Amino acid sequence: MTEPRRPLLTRLTERDRAPVSFTLDGQRCTALAGDTVLTAMLTQGTQVRRSEFSGEPRAGFCWMGACQDCWVSTESGERLRACGSFIKEGMQLLSGLPSSTDAGGRS
Amino acid sequence: MPPVIIGAGPAGVRAVQTLVAHGQRPVLIDEALRAGGQIYRQAPPGFLRGRRALYGFEAGRAEALHRTMDRLRTQVDYWRGTLVWSVHGDTVHLLREGRTAQVRHAGLIVATGATDRVLPFLGWTLPGVYTLGAAQVALKFQGCAIGARVVLAGTGPLLYLVAHQYVRAGAQVAAVLDSASRADQIAALPALLRAPAVLAKGLCYRASLLARGVKVHQGARLVRAEADAAGQCVAALHWRDADGEHRIDCDAIGFGYALRSETQLADLLGCEFKFDPLQRAHLPVRDSTGRTSVRGIYLAGDGAAVRGADAAELAGELAALALLADRGVSVDRERIEALERLLAAQTRLREGLERAFPFPEDWAALAPDDLVLCRCEEITVGQLRQAARETGADELNRAKALCRVGMGRCQGRYCGAAAAEVLAHAVGVPVSQVGRIRSQAPIKPVPFAMASIAAEEASP
Repeated sequence: MTEPRRPLLTRLTERDRAPVSFTLDGQRCTALAGDTVLTAMLTQGTQVRRSEFSGEPRAGFCWMGACQDCWVSTESGERLRACGSFIKEGMQLLSGLPSSTDAGGRS
Repeated sequence: MPPVIIGAGPAGVRAVQTLVAHGQRPVLIDEALRAGGQIYRQAPPGFLRGRRALYGFEAGRAEALHRTMDRLRTQVDYWRGTLVWSVHGDTVHLLREGRTAQVRHAGLIVATGATDRVLPFLGWTLPGVYTLGAAQVALKFQGCAIGARVVLAGTGPLLYLVAHQYVRAGAQVAAVLDSASRADQIAALPALLRAPAVLAKGLCYRASLLARGVKVHQGARLVRAEADAAGQCVAALHWRDADGEHRIDCDAIGFGYALRSETQLADLLGCEFKFDPLQRAHLPVRDSTGRTSVRGIYLAGDGAAVRGADAAELAGELAALALLADRGVSVDRERIEALERLLAAQTRLREGLERAFPFPEDWAALAPDDLVLCRCEEITVGQLRQAARETGADELNRAKALCRVGMGRCQGRYCGAAAAEVLAHAVGVPVSQVGRIRSQAPIKPVPFAMASIAAEEASP
């Protein structure tokens, strides 16, 4: 079973921005205009991808385009550096968790 | 061909301004969409906080820099949102929105800044563990704290600045864990008294933490981040000091041990490097104005040596004047000498800060074998030690070839300093003697399809 999502980040300020809809692992979510993909994902959950080596969850590290630890995938197979890309309406992002759109789901 | 500047932080913008003032039309290339670098990074459009909230004491300097860039916009070819992925001779290779381009330069000022210097601890790859720089970008650029209950750790001026900014913004800071001892900071006082403004800021940050009841622990060593029950996220931090081991609940950790220069482009250009004991790193050799060993290549700002934003502004202007002088443009020699004097004072200040926040030299000796050293490829301290032990590898690039440390996507930006410490400790030599991880193009990942287009472009 999937754990209920909880956000990693805490929004402290700048909440008066237009909402932006996207999906995360198939679930409809709302971010704010000006959020990076990293912020959009981590205000919903605690990871943006899994390590290719250990399979452990990752959530970025440097936030400034240097560590390359926040490359995420979209449902169409596009790859984005999450800290350097802004969220756009309709983005379909994957975080490496079982997706609600997977038939039957992954274990 | 124009002069080209890489990086639109304090050094890059002042370099542009100086070149424009001397009748040039430079090309400015920057990865960010808005000028300012990391220190004066501007929030995206639609964010409402003013500069005072974003930059604190530095609001005036930030505003001056942003305004300068706004004013110069029509006098410079500004490639924003553009990655420099390689540079070869006089050709700078660019990537913007998935498309390649090339710019040829007649004089290149590299002002690529710095990133956090990281010394890993067990559990540092868990979600919720970030660099201090990341913690600051989250707040400044996105209005977020990295967690609901944050521990900030490591050492250096940024540690206290981020802690101050977090509490001021209403974040809960569970503790500040400084690896420097109280004795270090007392010993640095005579040097820091020569820079009273810097000292006053530091004391103000400390006072603001004290006023909000945030505990600051000195002489702290990070032991391990503990994961939550699901293994999804950090739940606590174990650390040690003279009194023994402690555990503190937290859902995020920001850490870093001062900064390290981004020197990849100077390396690709063939600039000579030398070990700098103050920065504890191999850095491009340069003269007092920023000229490197390669003709027409200049360095400015924290990408040359970490001296902070004020020094970067001076160094940007100075490098531009050197470039102009080398191209036969008449420049003000007295201004050059004045800038050199001001920069020398900034270097002395850095020496004082290094005394206050010294590098924790016991880190490598304390690092356990199962500690992940390279987070890209998950190479452990033990694997590097084994490579050194079994093959006698005593140089970083050799060790990299043997155990892959530093071979991942970040090209050693986040493991290089720690790997050098581990290797030097393992083979029993000073860290100055194990070399440095060589840079490779592309210096940051580029799409595979794009690389092949570039190859076709390069062929006649």
